[in-house]
Amino acid sequence: MISQVFILSSKGDHLIYKDFRGEAKSDVVNVFYQMVTDLPADQPPVLMTHEGLHFIHVRQGGLYCVATTTANVSPFTIIEFLNRLTALIKDYCGSLSEKSVRMNFALIYEMLDEMLDYGYIQTTSTDILKNFIQTEAVSSKPFSLFDLRSVGLFGAETQQSKVAPSAAASRPIMSSRGDQEGKNEIFVDVVECLTVVIGSNGVLMKADIQGEIRVKCYLPSCSEMRIGLNEELSIGKSQLRGYGAAVRIDECSFHQAVRLDEFESYRILKICPSQGEQTVMQYQLCDDLPSAPPFRLFPTVERDSGDRLLIYLKMRCDLPPKSVVPSDFTTNLVLACILKPTTSLSQELSSPDQSAELQPSCKVIQWEIPRFPGGAQLSALFKVEVPGLSAASLLEVGPVCMSFELPKHTCTGLQIRFLRLSPAQPGPSQRWVRYLTHSDSYTIRI
Amino acid sequence: MPYLGSEETLKELKRALSNPSIQADRLRYRNVVLRVIRLMTQGLDVSPLFMEMVKASASVDMVQKKLLYLYMCTYAPLKPDLALLAINTLRKDCADSNPMVRGLALRNMCNLRMPGITEYIQQPVLAGLRDKASYVRRVAVLGCAKMQNLQPEAEIDGAVVNELYGLLRDPDPVVMVNCLRALEEMLKAEGGVVINKPIAHHLLNRLKELDSWGQSDTLTFLLRYEPRDEAELFDILNLLDGHLQSSHGAVATATLRLFLRLAAAHPAVQADALSRAQGPLLAMCASASRELRFAALCHVRRLLRSVATQYAAHYKRFFCSYSEPGYIRLCKMDILVELVNDENVALVLEELRAYCTDVLPELAQAAIFAIGRIGQMYSERCLGILVSLLGLRQEHITSAVLQTFRDLVWLCPQCTTAVCRAVASLEDSIQDSEGKQALIWLLGAHGDKISSAPYVLEDYIDSLKAELSSLVKLELLTATVRLFLSRPAETQDMMGRLLHYCIEEEGDMCVRDRALLYYSLLLCGVEDIRRILGGPTTDASLGVIAGHSEEPVDSWAPHFNTLELLLARGCWNAALSKGGFHSVACRVEGYPLGGLERDGNTLHTTPKDGPHSSLSLSLEPALSPESFERHWLELDVSHVGPVTCPWPHCLPEALQAALQLVQIQVLAFSRPQSLPWKAYLYSHGDGTLILAEVLRDSTQGADHLQLTMKQVPRDKHVLQGFVAVLKSALQALSRDTS
Repeated sequence: MISQVFILSSKGDHLIYKDFRGEAKSDVVNVFYQMVTDLPADQPPVLMTHEGLHFIHVRQGGLYCVATTTANVSPFTIIEFLNRLTALIKDYCGSLSEKSVRMNFALIYEMLDEMLDYGYIQTTSTDILKNFIQTEAVSSKPFSLFDLRSVGLFGAETQQSKVAPSAAASRPIMSSRGDQEGKNEIFVDVVECLTVVIGSNGVLMKADIQGEIRVKCYLPSCSEMRIGLNEELSIGKSQLRGYGAAVRIDECSFHQAVRLDEFESYRILKICPSQGEQTVMQYQLCDDLPSAPPFRLFPTVERDSGDRLLIYLKMRCDLPPKSVVPSDFTTNLVLACILKPTTSLSQELSSPDQSAELQPSCKVIQWEIPRFPGGAQLSALFKVEVPGLSAASLLEVGPVCMSFELPKHTCTGLQIRFLRLSPAQPGPSQRWVRYLTHSDSYTIRI
Repeated sequence: MPYLGSEETLKELKRALSNPSIQADRLRYRNVVLRVIRLMTQGLDVSPLFMEMVKASASVDMVQKKLLYLYMCTYAPLKPDLALLAINTLRKDCADSNPMVRGLALRNMCNLRMPGITEYIQQPVLAGLRDKASYVRRVAVLGCAKMQNLQPEAEIDGAVVNELYGLLRDPDPVVMVNCLRALEEMLKAEGGVVINKPIAHHLLNRLKELDSWGQSDTLTFLLRYEPRDEAELFDILNLLDGHLQSSHGAVATATLRLFLRLAAAHPAVQADALSRAQGPLLAMCASASRELRFAALCHVRRLLRSVATQYAAHYKRFFCSYSEPGYIRLCKMDILVELVNDENVALVLEELRAYCTDVLPELAQAAIFAIGRIGQMYSERCLGILVSLLGLRQEHITSAVLQTFRDLVWLCPQCTTAVCRAVASLEDSIQDSEGKQALIWLLGAHGDKISSAPYVLEDYIDSLKAELSSLVKLELLTATVRLFLSRPAETQDMMGRLLHYCIEEEGDMCVRDRALLYYSLLLCGVEDIRRILGGPTTDASLGVIAGHSEEPVDSWAPHFNTLELLLARGCWNAALSKGGFHSVACRVEGYPLGGLERDGNTLHTTPKDGPHSSLSLSLEPALSPESFERHWLELDVSHVGPVTCPWPHCLPEALQAALQLVQIQVLAFSRPQSLPWKAYLYSHGDGTLILAEVLRDSTQGADHLQLTMKQVPRDKHVLQGFVAVLKSALQALSRDTS
């Protein structure tokens, strides 16, 4: 049972505060903020305790979403509930940010009132909640440069006519009345998270893909949707279908509303999506990538005369040419150990639109690459002046960590063959399928 | 927080609220109300507007109504008389034809926390229990609990309780779960809602209809059900089977907890359940939500103490990634250490080796300590890595490596030669006190194998004035005296200087006393001091730490899926000092002398039988020996009885320190070897003072203690709790020293 729920901005402003059981006073909000900001770096902040009151919080969109309780409850329930709350705020208000919460506080109070009674979770389903919620969402400026997800999804070379405006999926589900255009839309996103570790000898040490299929539905009522995946999709290590290029995943789990009667034979998921965003399927693939990892690095580290370190990085993109353009490509070269306050850097990059700088605070050289087409090869030469360089320091350069997003690409090769709504919707409805791979952690040791 | 000009704002709002032209315009009226609520959220006291807000609640606008209810529930305790004005509107709404309005009004009426409200809400709540709309029934059921909470001293209405038990059969699943929750709260004094066989089976059968939140709550309630026989047990487990792999983490973990609890007598079933719940747990360990990931990792970390082998194949999932926050990476490193086996040790070490040069010094050190812990099993491989790390000449790395060296030498004496070689070639100076202590300890304990030992120690002695940490000084004293035993010629002079400084000039009492102690020991002669300081080089009892055995599942199963696993052990005790669980932690200093002082394991015992045995003892207010004596003579004996408990063979001081940790003070005791041996203890618990005499007699068995207790005022439960705490502390202590 939850005693209070509150939402704080990153600066500690109270955005939402609701007390359900009268067990604690409202000044604990300030206590919480004090505790969370005073926390030493290595302490887990998820659960904190003050005078018998436990604070459990999730941090999303720069906000602290906090639940307090006095009982020894299940942490998973509370954390999942808070995550669900943030997802609902995202659905109803379009996005989760300080601004959207401020503008829609009445709606969020209304939502909390229906979701929790006396601290017990009553319902969190959009279908039920929408009957009760009567406040209309005020949507903040729909497009934001900082909303990387919507920017990253659509590169410049895509066919404009087939592409939904990038902010299309970040608007409130119930912003009904007013604007009519683009109302009956449904988005199906295949999002994969790539974790790769490549050893100093170039051997792939760990490769991991966490993927999910998300459906964001704006249709007020949708009876049934059929999502067809690759027919040759095989699940598990033993099972192989057909010859050669089968798409394989290790494990998968589905949303409880998904009906799987045609999944075994035709790889079709059936679901009646409710309004808002939901994860229909989660899957993972470990250790065995179907293709080579998208980026390769060929590093050379040398000690020049005296205190100068020469780091030559050659990077190759192994994706098919012209297929995708990674966006927001950042390479971080970690120089933790050798970095001294007096270190200075000079660089030679392979093209002028790239940039690189030394960031003493996080002890890395950051190399930003705005465009990196498939098949291309880029290089950079960093000259680092480190006073008191020793031979052993050479071994301590690296690792290189890259972060990027690959739109229109899945590493497992999972595709959506078709997307059918049945029975056909009255009025025009638009269906969008989007693919995105992003790097959770892409590390190359030197 | 107060805002500048807040009074002005309040006045302006007050005017606006009572302005008829605004009241006539629905949107404008609502906007003013919105502004009030916004100020309320920001922490401004807007209760002076209560009167106007009550009037505004008579509106037909649902959105406005909801906002006003929120306002009223917040300020009703401050303005009970004005809040009564709203009751009429609320009661009228409770009879509205729209179930949504009815439910809303009823819910908020029950939320008004003010004295005297119960007489107004009783009738609508009872009517709500029989409402035809399930939405209203849900609200009414929880309303019963709220009502009870408002007047805790009032007698529980048996009819309501019966009605709620009846509503467990309600067609709406949320009503059913709410009934469980309400009954649990109302019947707290009697141990909560009763789950008998028909109810348990009913709940199990309806589990499928519930949403995930209801499922996990119901599964938690089912924990207290005891199946009659094996057949029933397995029927239940069959029913629950599917939920073990639920895609909702909360359901999967709640099911696993129930499995572990029900199948406590069937280890094979438990093991099977654990392996089947692996999927959801691993999925949560890779969840996008880092909070969920952390919670899952904490649970896996605890699981591993019993079933490390199951997860060993998945060790790569616990490799840290660049983007993760420090606390998750620390947790993963802990897990990796547990997962190591012959097949994966090379890869795990390579991975940990890469973390040793992390940007954050804490993480780098944690990785080094992790390698050190693996080194207790695979010492050769790890030593190679650790020695190579010294070559980096990074202060924090060298310090951490030296600390692991110290532990390795202590636990795996076969490493000594290699460690000594590495320490001998060490060139850098260490700055932090932890690292210094480790280095000094190594030099003292193995100075015979490190040729430069006296010179390094001499440097430390010469710079003693600048040393701030008294722990380093204590370590230095011990090390120097030990080195004196192995290499007297080189050490004698500097030892003299050190002792002189510590006795004459040192301000810290502990250091001075220690120096005096060594001085007196030295006067006794070299042979004596060698016998005392030499001691065992490796302690057999520490083997527990090195090759730790598998813990039984039941040791952690009761805490599975609770907040407790997310907190470090020590914090949890402090966190719950108000009540709830009470665990006993004691830390025993095994060897009172010099560098042999090592932390014993920290042991914990938690009384098994739930909240009833919960007891918080405290030492405050302190009792002087005189007043103890007075009380002892005045009071009658509350309880005399034998206690069977293994007797810890340790010094009385250690016993005193250990009992102090569980909030029991030992005021006086006989000399260690005398028989009969007596000790007098006291503690405060739940407002009572407990005095006790422990008598150990040779006539009875070695494990027999005679306990005489006096208590004022009398409370049998507290007394039982005291005995339990004392017993578990003694048990823990004797386990630790045996």
